[in-house]
Amino acid sequence: MINKNNFLWNAIKLGLLGGTIGIFFSLVGMIEVFSKRDVIENVITLGDFMLLATAAISGFIATRSQTNSKTITTNLVTGTLAGLTTGGLLALFVWVGSQINLRAVFLNASPVLFDLLTYKKGANGAWLLLEYGALAGLIGSLLFGLPEKTRKPLTNTILFLFGMALFSGLFRVVMINQEGGAAKLAKFLFGQTGLTLSGAFIFFIIVAAFTSLWSGQSKKIQGSYARLPKKGQITVRVILIAVLAFIAIALPQISGPFIAQVIVVVCLYAMMGLGLNITLGFAGLLDLGFVAFFAVGAYTVGLLTSYGPFGLEHISFWAAVPIAVLASMLFGAILGLPVLGVRGDYLAIATLGFGEIIRLLAGSDFLAKYFGGPQGIIGIQKPCLGTLEQFVKIDVPRVCDGLEFAGPKEIYYLALASAILIAFIAWRLQSSRLGRAWMAIREDEDVAEALGINLIQTKLLAYVLGAAFAGLGGAIFTVLVGSIFASSMQLNVSINVVAIIIVGGMGSIPGVILGAIALIGLPELLREVSEFRYLLYGITLIIMMLAKPEGLWPSQTILRELKHNEIMPDTESPNIKA
Amino acid sequence: MMRTSFSERLTDWAVNGFLWGFRILIVLIVVIGTFLTISSGKYTNEQWIDFIVSGISQGSIYALIALGYTMVYGILRMINFAHGEIFMTGAFSGYFFATWLTSTGFMNTNPYIGLTFSIIFAMLISASIAMLVEKIAYRPLRGASRLVPLISAIGVSFFLQYAFRGFFGPGVYAYPSIDALDGDWNIFGIEILKVKIIVVVSAFLMMAILYYVVMFTKMGKAMRAVSENKDVASLMGIDVNRVIVTTFALGAAMAGAAGVLYALIFRQVSFYMGIVPGVKAFTAAVLGGIGNIPGAMVGGLVLGILESVGPALFLESIGIDRPYQLKDAIAYIMLVMILLFRPSGILGERVSKKA
Amino acid sequence: MTSILTAKKVIKRFGGLVAVNSVDFEIPEKSIVSIIGPNGAGKTTFFNCITGFGKIDEGEITFEGTQIHRLRPDQITRLGISRTYQNIRLFPDMSALENILVGQHLFLHSSWISAVLSTPKVRAEEKMALNEAQRLLNFVDLKGKGDMLARNLPYGAQRRLEIARALATQPKLLLLDEPSAGMNPRETEDLTAFIRKLRDELGISILLIEHHMRVVMGISERITVLDYGEKIAEGTPKEIQNNPRVIEAYLGRGAATEGMANAHERFADSKNSKSN
Repeated sequence: MINKNNFLWNAIKLGLLGGTIGIFFSLVGMIEVFSKRDVIENVITLGDFMLLATAAISGFIATRSQTNSKTITTNLVTGTLAGLTTGGLLALFVWVGSQINLRAVFLNASPVLFDLLTYKKGANGAWLLLEYGALAGLIGSLLFGLPEKTRKPLTNTILFLFGMALFSGLFRVVMINQEGGAAKLAKFLFGQTGLTLSGAFIFFIIVAAFTSLWSGQSKKIQGSYARLPKKGQITVRVILIAVLAFIAIALPQISGPFIAQVIVVVCLYAMMGLGLNITLGFAGLLDLGFVAFFAVGAYTVGLLTSYGPFGLEHISFWAAVPIAVLASMLFGAILGLPVLGVRGDYLAIATLGFGEIIRLLAGSDFLAKYFGGPQGIIGIQKPCLGTLEQFVKIDVPRVCDGLEFAGPKEIYYLALASAILIAFIAWRLQSSRLGRAWMAIREDEDVAEALGINLIQTKLLAYVLGAAFAGLGGAIFTVLVGSIFASSMQLNVSINVVAIIIVGGMGSIPGVILGAIALIGLPELLREVSEFRYLLYGITLIIMMLAKPEGLWPSQTILRELKHNEIMPDTESPNIKA
Repeated sequence: MMRTSFSERLTDWAVNGFLWGFRILIVLIVVIGTFLTISSGKYTNEQWIDFIVSGISQGSIYALIALGYTMVYGILRMINFAHGEIFMTGAFSGYFFATWLTSTGFMNTNPYIGLTFSIIFAMLISASIAMLVEKIAYRPLRGASRLVPLISAIGVSFFLQYAFRGFFGPGVYAYPSIDALDGDWNIFGIEILKVKIIVVVSAFLMMAILYYVVMFTKMGKAMRAVSENKDVASLMGIDVNRVIVTTFALGAAMAGAAGVLYALIFRQVSFYMGIVPGVKAFTAAVLGGIGNIPGAMVGGLVLGILESVGPALFLESIGIDRPYQLKDAIAYIMLVMILLFRPSGILGERVSKKA
Repeated sequence: MTSILTAKKVIKRFGGLVAVNSVDFEIPEKSIVSIIGPNGAGKTTFFNCITGFGKIDEGEITFEGTQIHRLRPDQITRLGISRTYQNIRLFPDMSALENILVGQHLFLHSSWISAVLSTPKVRAEEKMALNEAQRLLNFVDLKGKGDMLARNLPYGAQRRLEIARALATQPKLLLLDEPSAGMNPRETEDLTAFIRKLRDELGISILLIEHHMRVVMGISERITVLDYGEKIAEGTPKEIQNNPRVIEAYLGRGAATEGMANAHERFADSKNSKSN
């Protein structure tokens, strides 16, 4: 009997899971915060969208995993039931919330949340939850039932629309800045925090038309590119690079300081990511105290250039940067030396300890005479292209006679150039003798040593070069913020960097850059998301490890391998011919 | 005769020089600091005893947490990075339970029973969270390369921290004070805070129970068998999955109890409270020899005492202001030193270099 | 003939267990020498002692007049000893070509700075290394497989790639740890010829651990038999085949009365069926 209704039970189980996730989102505060942002103005908020998506996905998965019979009716029943269960569980949650004061324990189980969940309709709203849940589940199963050809463009369109909605505030600001027609168009398409209804409609049509036309076109373009003569290919590439360079140079002027700042932070994290990519991605040495090198770079520049009370030398930024990089390299060696023989998980904890020691020392009263202790170092001289006037006295910035990199709009160029430089160096190192030695150590330390690789030297170089990249990042960070505090050198920074590499793809340079954009850029742009940044990081790390441990953009070797397998399937005769 | 390049010889020399320098520096700090402090007579005997008692109570908490690290490592050869967060969940559940008991007045009339109930509640919650975590985030990754479960564990750690931050807010919760547990007891003529004694006694009781479970019950024997060799154990008819889940649950229960005890001493609970004790308990586990249950207990006590006595004994008289700020650094430096010079730990059997 | 490697009274202990007990051993130049013995006889441990993986407790090992038992593995490799592993240890996530390139590490001299700047010298060196790697790939009959990840190569190809990687270090002495494990008779025959070719064409001395008696008896010039870490016999294949102590070690007392040749056939068969 139970067996016969197996697919129903399965749907209920998945629905319950969906409901639990929905309740989790509610209790953790996401629904409440996300409800302040619209996806489509006055129609659906991000919070609603999230709950509906949960129900729809549980409907989708329930339909996909039910194996009894694939008739349309059972599919639809399964999906609806799963969605209904999700809604039901949420309704139950609302009912429980109305009976006992959950708020005594859970901070977010507030009346506001329950109003949101029930659309301010009290007990009747709970019924609404059931209806919406069932509807979303139905949509999920319908989506499953669609043929692949329509489903893919449709989901892509929805995702794109969702992305547009998230960033619509950004587009709006940028376009309004341009004034004239652009501003009017902006107001028509984008609301304060989401798309307007008309905007959503227009985008939907455009994107749907585009995706359905586009399918298959990308291959054609690739083909015609390949058919071009070599000279033509080079021209195309030069044009592409020129366009990209133009965009990169013009961007901060168009977008304003906020976006420039976001890009600077992304660049800084990309630099640290590329640094850790050398130690972790190439050489396989997990370093959880990577922020230490960032700190060394930052403090060196701070101490050497500050016009505040802790400034030592008052030299210019340009002279201080090489010193900062060298200092971080030295620290890389010093911290690398003792942990050379330590492997695997132990290395992670030992380096974590080091990172914390550096932070504790920098913030302690014991060394406050030198590093400012908890008060930090303030008054850091901005970089100046031109002549820098003489240092006069403490707390008076030196005057820059020329171009001063005063704010994010100028530091943007510095950060971008440094990030590109570092990516280039990392790329060259990767395919060098040293890069191969690192990878050999990552794969099998003993064998690498037996092939003549000096472990000590090679590992030390990984620490030293990784530290150099992070140190440069720290140096730029200092001038961006204008001050340094030991408290900004938290363990979280190190974990961020690890997460960037894992999400992007270990050992993959474009992967690291992609990871920095995804993990640092997006949360910076979406303030609502940034509140739950670390929660989402945690979830992302777990899901990545479960589903895609090689990362979003895996390293070249693996890609080449995939390609190779496509071209020629494995036909191997395992004979040794002498 | 050997074709060693100059730079190679230089690095070899630097490595050895550095390691010896590091050892000598630490020994010098300890010896000179101790000598100066004791000869200056800045602290009275009572104060030293107080340091040691604090150290023991703190150390017994580390020991309880360290048990979880050690047991999981013994069976899976994996560092459960999220274990500190399991400790934090215990502290939170204990907090809510104790607050409820206090509000009903039960806690003040029957403080010991109330405390016991809080601890049991915390142990249950922590154990169930750990079992869930094992099922979702660790079990599917068994057999993957070592880095994969470690990173998943880091993910779990962040997830738990910030889920709790979301649930209960970023603030610090003050633990309800239990009047009956305030004040001192006089033991052998020394006044000692009641809470500290309660903490030490309960921690040792818990460790004794755990030791009994591992050494003398059927499940304990299965655990030891699995930790020796998973494949053979499963051939012997042991349900390896069940053993692993039980190990996680037991370790987490200890950490949950530690959470309540910790909150009893420090009187506050917050979402980030798990990290530092977590790392320190790991240090304790390494100190005692990871995979070794009595080792974790000894390691915890040694670490607790050193951390409590250390700043005053070693650091203060060599001219370091406010040495208590560097209390944590002492633990971290010890961690690095053990990994460097005696990776098998005090009672160690297994070697970390081949980890 | 002078010997390329000499071991004198080598002792290696693991705790209370003596894995290699006072073994004297030498490899004449340009010869093929085998070590045989039952499982757990200390053969691989002895290999590890030579290549510096495990430090020996007593005795000494000299290679071309240089004491090597205190050196690190990379230094020993630099002197000209290279090895393969019983359970293949390639770099699984690197391509076949990269695996060989790592083997050439010692003969490339570019520093990281010049690699970043990609100086003409570096480029010339890399090109040379690539050519050499391709040549080695062809030599072990893996032409066109350079881009494949090592872990995706078939078993036999992995074995050959491992040998190619070992050859890339330009050894004077090559240590092969059970190269024929898991191979069928046909492959084994090819392997035998291949090992001979290494010696004859490249002039490399070869030390072999092998269970497969047909291979051992077919190509070795000298055979050393270990049992419980002790050397129990040494000599030409003929001498070993007729040595009662060897038969006893392998098959237990009583078996010595049977014909040795038969016994070995049986032994080899049982080995084969186990590995298949």
